[in-house]
Amino acid sequence: MAIFPPEQRIWWKQPLHGVEIAWIGICLVWALVMFFTMIVWHVIGEQNLSNEAYRILPDVYQERTEAMVAQYQVREEGNTGIPVVHPPAGTDIYMMARLWEWWPILELEKDKTYRLHLSSIDWQHGFSLQPTNINIQVHPGYEMVVTLKPNKSGEFGVVCNEYCGIGHHTMAGRIYVVE
Amino acid sequence: MAVSSLFRTCPDTGLPVHLPAQNLIRANAVAAVVALLVGGVQGLMVALTRWPDVQLLPADWFYLVLTGHGMNVLLFWIIFFEVALLYFTSAILLKSRLATPRIGWLAFGLMVVGAVLANIAVLQGDSSVMFTSYVPMRAAPHFYLGIILFAVGALIACFIFFGTLVIAREEKTYEGSIPLVTFGAMTAAIIAVFTIASGAIILIPTLLWSVGLIGNIDPVMYKVIWWAMGHSSQQINVSAHVAVWYAIAAMLLGAKPLSEKVSRMAFLMYILFLQLASAHHLLVEPGISSNWKIFNTSYALYLAVVGSMIHGLSVPGAIEAAMRRRGFTKGVFEWLRKAPWGNPAFSAMFTSLIYFGFLGGISGVVMGAEQINIIMHNTVYVPGHFHATVVAGTTLAFMGITYLVVPLIFQREIIFPRLAKWQPYIFGLGVAGISVFMMGAGTLGVARRHWDIGFTDATLPYNYPDFAFLLMALNGMAGVLAAVGGFLFIGIVVGSILFGKRRDAASVKSNPIIGIGGGTAVSSYGSEGTLKLPGTMVLVAIFFTAFFLYYWVNWKYLSEVWPLS
Repeated sequence: MAIFPPEQRIWWKQPLHGVEIAWIGICLVWALVMFFTMIVWHVIGEQNLSNEAYRILPDVYQERTEAMVAQYQVREEGNTGIPVVHPPAGTDIYMMARLWEWWPILELEKDKTYRLHLSSIDWQHGFSLQPTNINIQVHPGYEMVVTLKPNKSGEFGVVCNEYCGIGHHTMAGRIYVVE
Repeated sequence: MAVSSLFRTCPDTGLPVHLPAQNLIRANAVAAVVALLVGGVQGLMVALTRWPDVQLLPADWFYLVLTGHGMNVLLFWIIFFEVALLYFTSAILLKSRLATPRIGWLAFGLMVVGAVLANIAVLQGDSSVMFTSYVPMRAAPHFYLGIILFAVGALIACFIFFGTLVIAREEKTYEGSIPLVTFGAMTAAIIAVFTIASGAIILIPTLLWSVGLIGNIDPVMYKVIWWAMGHSSQQINVSAHVAVWYAIAAMLLGAKPLSEKVSRMAFLMYILFLQLASAHHLLVEPGISSNWKIFNTSYALYLAVVGSMIHGLSVPGAIEAAMRRRGFTKGVFEWLRKAPWGNPAFSAMFTSLIYFGFLGGISGVVMGAEQINIIMHNTVYVPGHFHATVVAGTTLAFMGITYLVVPLIFQREIIFPRLAKWQPYIFGLGVAGISVFMMGAGTLGVARRHWDIGFTDATLPYNYPDFAFLLMALNGMAGVLAAVGGFLFIGIVVGSILFGKRRDAASVKSNPIIGIGGGTAVSSYGSEGTLKLPGTMVLVAIFFTAFFLYYWVNWKYLSEVWPLS
């Protein structure tokens, strides 16, 4: 029994059961399939996370975000005072995470490509774009540059899904995608 | 052997039981159950708060209680219990004395002080940083100190286990190789040393940072090292509960591993590859390359997953082989139908195996694929996954062996045996519900660790689909069911220890704990005579089909989100 020492002292010479050998073979093949799927997806798949990232000081990141807002702001969202920014397709865009908001609101064009710079100026946050369901961790001091191509138009929510203190559940932003 | 007055003879097994070891096992098991009670109450409050129409707690209390829930059940309940298991699988199973019982009490004391200190820090309200305590969010210094003290105690316990292995070999208390269950526990202890070292490397500087002696802790570095503790500690659990599966199958049915070689190799794979699992938590972080992520998230070619899949065949295979040798040979599944489903140790063990494989294992591998993680990271899918592994897997298995430990080590009969019969099913069903409903809600994007998915106080509220709200309500109900099962367990165990009938020679005869045939083994090794195992083949075929389909379905989901690169 498994709670006593093996009865045969030379237990490593016992023959293996056929079912066990077959199963180990299946498992190893499946492991290889799963491993190479991740690599193959980098070649044929359209959803891969960027490897482009930089160290950045929070105030530098904040200045760049504010510069983008100053240049491309088109309106304010209702009476919230939050700027809505419509940057040209193909440009660098910013969405700053801070306690407890995603700033500013972005207005993007469908099927156009953008370079989204993500960083935080205080704690860690989680960029969770809904309902398309893209989730990226956002760190202070690091800037990740993700190339995005919205493939549907409409209103998208940006939820914070990394716990960031007592106002965490109020931290939600928005991206509009227009035709 | 040392002074014989320090030993008693177990009336069930005839094994000599080292009394100082027995006392330490009792103390650690009791501390574990206390932690389970506190953490379980907190878990119920979390589930009721995340039920949108109930929302039991206010926001600040929710985050506080959630932090406590994680610590008490994931750290304190499980590790106290694992220390008891380490002492049981070394001193008791090897018929040896335990190394340095006095230092064992020192370890126990450190762990109790650490656990109490961390709980005080959380309850004081300025350490609601979640179990993960990601920097630069800061907790009170005694929060980190408590966890460090607890970890030091656990580390000492691991070395007492290793010391006992040395003593047993030295004093020749057993012949040949250590039993497979002890081997599994040794795997857990080795991983524990790595895990606790990682924890020290990151938590000691974090403690210094929290008192102002260090200026800055890099948040990405923190996560890389913290998860070398955080995820590896879950692999301690896996090794420990797989050892428990083998132990329960052996004690109740006389089951032997099909092949010692394969089962031991599968445990070795855990030691060699599991520590890479830190990567699972870093798949959507900035500044870490895809090459690093792919290699590490797959545990270098998924070899640790292969290890678990091997146990997934060899545990039911061992049970089938034992039952068939006992004459349950009709059809494919007579052995399973006629298994002792009314024995809570067996039902807890077998349902733990099923839930761990089908819910926890599959979801973990899927979520750990580099790109699929984009659609799951930090959604409530993540707690859905780990409630299937750590609660339906580890906790349920530990509950199962508790039904054997109480009569054997506490020498008390289980009170309310009828209720005990139902307990694993109630708890298991509740936890399976928690897992499935949270995974469902997570697939719809619902965030984890979130007080209000209705965004009542948000300036720019987002509306999750209605179905997500329904799933979170169902999760709340499943949480209530799991809590009922959990409290039943605590009630039965505490009641048995305090008021259970003392187990004497007569009750050993009338109510044997060990084995249908009094614990005799049915063969000299599990697969002797290359017995046919059609039932196990059907079970693993169903498992593999589910795994295969669910894996590709999630790549399909991924292919529908916005293109990104």
